[in-house]
Amino acid sequence: MENIIKKQLDQELTINHNIEIADGVYEMSLTGDTSLVTAPGQFINIKLPGFYLRRPISICEYDMKDHNGLVIIYKVVGQGTDLMSGMQAGDKLWCLMGLGNGFDVETTGDHVLLVGGGVGTPPMYGLAKELLMKQKKVTVVLGFASKKDAFYIEKFEELGKNMNGSDIEVRVATVDGSLGTKGFVTDCLEGLDTVTDYCACGPIPMLKALYGYYDGKITGQLSFEERMGCGFGACVGCSIATKSGNKKVCKDGPVFLSSDIEM
Amino acid sequence: MDISTELSGLKLDNPIIPASGTFGFGEEFAKLYDINILGSFSFKGTTREARFGNPTPRIAECREGMINSVGLANPGIDVVISDELPKLKKVFKKPVIANISGFSIDEYKYCCERIDKEEQVGIIEVNISCPNVHAGGMAFGTNPDSAAEVTEAVKSVTSKPVFMKLSPNVTDIKEIAIACESAGADGISLINTLLGMRIDIKRGRPVIANKMGGFSGPAIFPVALRMVYQVYEAVNIPIIGMGGVSTAEDVVEMMMAGASAVQIGAANLTDPYICPKIIERLPELCKELKIERLSDVIGRAHG
Repeated sequence: MENIIKKQLDQELTINHNIEIADGVYEMSLTGDTSLVTAPGQFINIKLPGFYLRRPISICEYDMKDHNGLVIIYKVVGQGTDLMSGMQAGDKLWCLMGLGNGFDVETTGDHVLLVGGGVGTPPMYGLAKELLMKQKKVTVVLGFASKKDAFYIEKFEELGKNMNGSDIEVRVATVDGSLGTKGFVTDCLEGLDTVTDYCACGPIPMLKALYGYYDGKITGQLSFEERMGCGFGACVGCSIATKSGNKKVCKDGPVFLSSDIEM
Repeated sequence: MDISTELSGLKLDNPIIPASGTFGFGEEFAKLYDINILGSFSFKGTTREARFGNPTPRIAECREGMINSVGLANPGIDVVISDELPKLKKVFKKPVIANISGFSIDEYKYCCERIDKEEQVGIIEVNISCPNVHAGGMAFGTNPDSAAEVTEAVKSVTSKPVFMKLSPNVTDIKEIAIACESAGADGISLINTLLGMRIDIKRGRPVIANKMGGFSGPAIFPVALRMVYQVYEAVNIPIIGMGGVSTAEDVVEMMMAGASAVQIGAANLTDPYICPKIIERLPELCKELKIERLSDVIGRAHG
């Protein structure tokens, strides 16, 4: 069997911690072989006992040096994520690793706007880290429903403090106004004159609003979400129509150029 | 230990065939393992024109299974022949099963005539679960006359073995199988997915945009097994059995019901390495069951 395997996507990871960081939102760190994870914005597909399909969850950050761990953030939205929320340190999970294309850090400009909506926030964290490492200026705009749903704001701010001389600004919008600006992420974009491009992950209405706000004057990379069967390009369950043809969100995405998408 | 089998003169090293729609044109799996280990595989259902398929979301989870309403998303027969088959040739050296779909008799004929000229194709598998646009959208496979009509039309344009892939959403699977055999089919593939549905109780709306879709996975295995068993008694042509097969034990069970070879569908999506795992386990299992030649068990459960 070993001699015919070319690439082993399925890796057994061990939970280090699994803690609630906002209302129904959990941060889980996992240890194991994560060498197939190569870009921020990729995801893993998690096998849960008692459930037929795996759960695709985006990677928040990953061990870029030793390839031996990653962090995911997930919201309890159904029975699968509810089961996950009760898991303990030491429990093991089989995960298909390093799925999707992720954000292309190389092609970003000098001042990148990162926009995360709800649980679209996590991939922005790993991305911010890599952009700062490349000496880019980063503005992060996060949108949540309410203060109780918000997370990682300080973590983003700390990124700036921890990385000497790096330049990061964090803005927050909540729909009910309980934290930051009242409204949506697009209500927080005033005065960002030097922004060169954006990277975003969140609900489709948010991606559309961002796209519409810049109306082609600034373009960027958008990460999409879709119900998936396999997560690695086999079942064609998660298709999206793009200007360059039908694509698979799991395999060709989840990140697409805004210029390639029919909004 | 001999785990080889045969389908209409086509010798397979083992009975394991990834099912259409779960294996694309082999490209993703060829990156994960050497797909030449497979008996064969049935490529993504192909139609005359390129199709996006149904609107998303088109996947829903079920207990021990899933529902899909992908809706025959495919690049169209011309691109399959010009791009996919040459790419496949580089990574798969065995004859492949061409899965063909159509929304009219003409479309089936056109696609089969085109694919007939492709040397790589060992068997044509004809999916008759699609709606007939000229007959009020009723699926060809739900009526013995229209199933026979497709069989006859396809047989008239190809010299390759033709396996008719039957829909389980019928009152009597035997009469459809008999109709296909009488019209000249070389074999029968069964079962396609069962029509199913899920509702999101938080929204009070169907999970899938198309409302309903095809139910597959381990939950349907007993239904598939029963139908293979019934069809084996009704016809004299070889059967490819499928529906929820996920283990080597399921493979043997399906063969004992009457299948000469077995397709693995949904299981490929939850474990991309399931086929090599089953192929590795089969000789071991045969030894445990004191089976010397796997093909000897075909239809053993009968009589």
